[in-house]
Amino acid sequence: MRLAQMLSLISVLSLITAGCQRERRDFVQAPDMSNAAQATSVSELHPANLPAPKPVSSTYSESAYDVNEGKRLFDWYNCSGCHFHGGGGIGPPLMDAEWLYGDAPQNIYASIVEGRPNGMPSFAGKIPEYQVWQLVAYVRSMSGQLPKDVSPGRGDSMMAKQPESSIPTEHPSKEHPADLKPEHPR
Amino acid sequence: MRNAYWSLAGALLLILTACGHGNQDALNVAGIQAQRIERLWWLLFWVSLVIFVVVMAFLGGSFSRAHGAELLAERPAPEEEASERGLRSGVLIAVALTVLILFVLLVAGISAGKALGSLQSNNPITVEVIGHQWWWEIHYPDPVPGNIVITANEIHVPVGTPIVLNSTSQDVIHSFWAPNIQGKRDLIPGHNTAIWFQVDREGVYRGQCAEFCGHQHAHMAFLVIAELPAKFQQWLQHQRNSAAPPMESAAKRGQEVFLSSTCVMCHTIRGTSAGSKNGPDLTHIASRGTIAAGTIPNTPGYLAGWIADSQHIKPGNHMPPNTLPSDDLQALLAYLEGLQ
Repeated sequence: MRLAQMLSLISVLSLITAGCQRERRDFVQAPDMSNAAQATSVSELHPANLPAPKPVSSTYSESAYDVNEGKRLFDWYNCSGCHFHGGGGIGPPLMDAEWLYGDAPQNIYASIVEGRPNGMPSFAGKIPEYQVWQLVAYVRSMSGQLPKDVSPGRGDSMMAKQPESSIPTEHPSKEHPADLKPEHPR
Repeated sequence: MRNAYWSLAGALLLILTACGHGNQDALNVAGIQAQRIERLWWLLFWVSLVIFVVVMAFLGGSFSRAHGAELLAERPAPEEEASERGLRSGVLIAVALTVLILFVLLVAGISAGKALGSLQSNNPITVEVIGHQWWWEIHYPDPVPGNIVITANEIHVPVGTPIVLNSTSQDVIHSFWAPNIQGKRDLIPGHNTAIWFQVDREGVYRGQCAEFCGHQHAHMAFLVIAELPAKFQQWLQHQRNSAAPPMESAAKRGQEVFLSSTCVMCHTIRGTSAGSKNGPDLTHIASRGTIAAGTIPNTPGYLAGWIADSQHIKPGNHMPPNTLPSDDLQALLAYLEGLQ
């Protein structure tokens, strides 16, 4: 009887640990994901067929490891040089409900890779594709768009800043209807 | 069985005789401080050996006496009082000896520690070390900004000159340890600490991170290259220069590849527009003997493998794989090999 109890406990525990996918790390990237990111299409019109769809970023926004890598890269690639740590300064803030170019992962991906008018540089050819998706996932965590168990729970820097996991979720469509959206200062 | 003991003893002896020759070896001293550490090490070794032998002798003696007592079980027990008195004096002697030996070791330890920290000079050479996951950033500061030297994983020092090593860490706690030269020093993020050392013998000494710092802690080595002062000055002078512009067409193409691809997001080559400080400074990469913090030799083949897919060589390091067309990779190699 005791043995059976022990065995069932062990199997339950191993089932729980098998669920730890969000901490999974893949150091070796698929070859196409390590290519430098190229431009994405912003037009609805395409000659012949639609281009092959971009890889889905959901795997990145479900992985705590990838979101944390995005957080590291946000500083390494000097995103914080303009956006600061989400509060905005030279560039627009990233932790509020306002998305100038859309809040979907694909929109943020396009902003990073293609750049945007008024100062956002294009990082095409400079950042591997998987790292762009990691950055996208982190940028979305800054306004609480990701689940709490995936968002970074603490910072590595000495700066006192609220961890992304405790930032309330901003809802772009409800709090800022399109017609009431304030003009961006520029 | 007896043969097995002898071969074990022989193997231990062999291990002991192997000490004292390596370039990462606390018993092959290259400086005055390492000498103090070595003396302390041998003192501890001999004291421990003597105590071990004495304890084993007593243990063996008691075994044989117990064995004898079994045979003479009928013999009447000696007078209890006398045996009690003998035991008490034996314990007292042992406690006194223990206290005395510990006190001697304490004094020896304190005096060695004092000697390690007491190297002073009015005119030392300052070297700054910044620990990263998983490599060492090395600075030679200078009041003139143009004379500051930044390199990685290789510390050149002149022999017979006091060096002060200012150290800190960028991410997690690392520990700087070159056993032939000095003891360990932890590098703590947000905290600066200084350690003095002097190398008296020319040579290349290997050091390693001595505080677990993550996935590739084991592949975080560095070299201390001790050379004659004139040669050191020559090296320092050369390292101050910006990278020479490439001359051949392949190298020129390689520079274009470097500046237009992912490399520039993390690396600096002084004299070009690449100025990011996340990864090692590559201004004089070809003058270094190893890449990836002592993990692989710096040859074109290894370098190509490292650029193409470093994650297979050092999994978890922060360099992303690069799927460059082979022409571009060859050109990039030609450029990097020219950065003497």
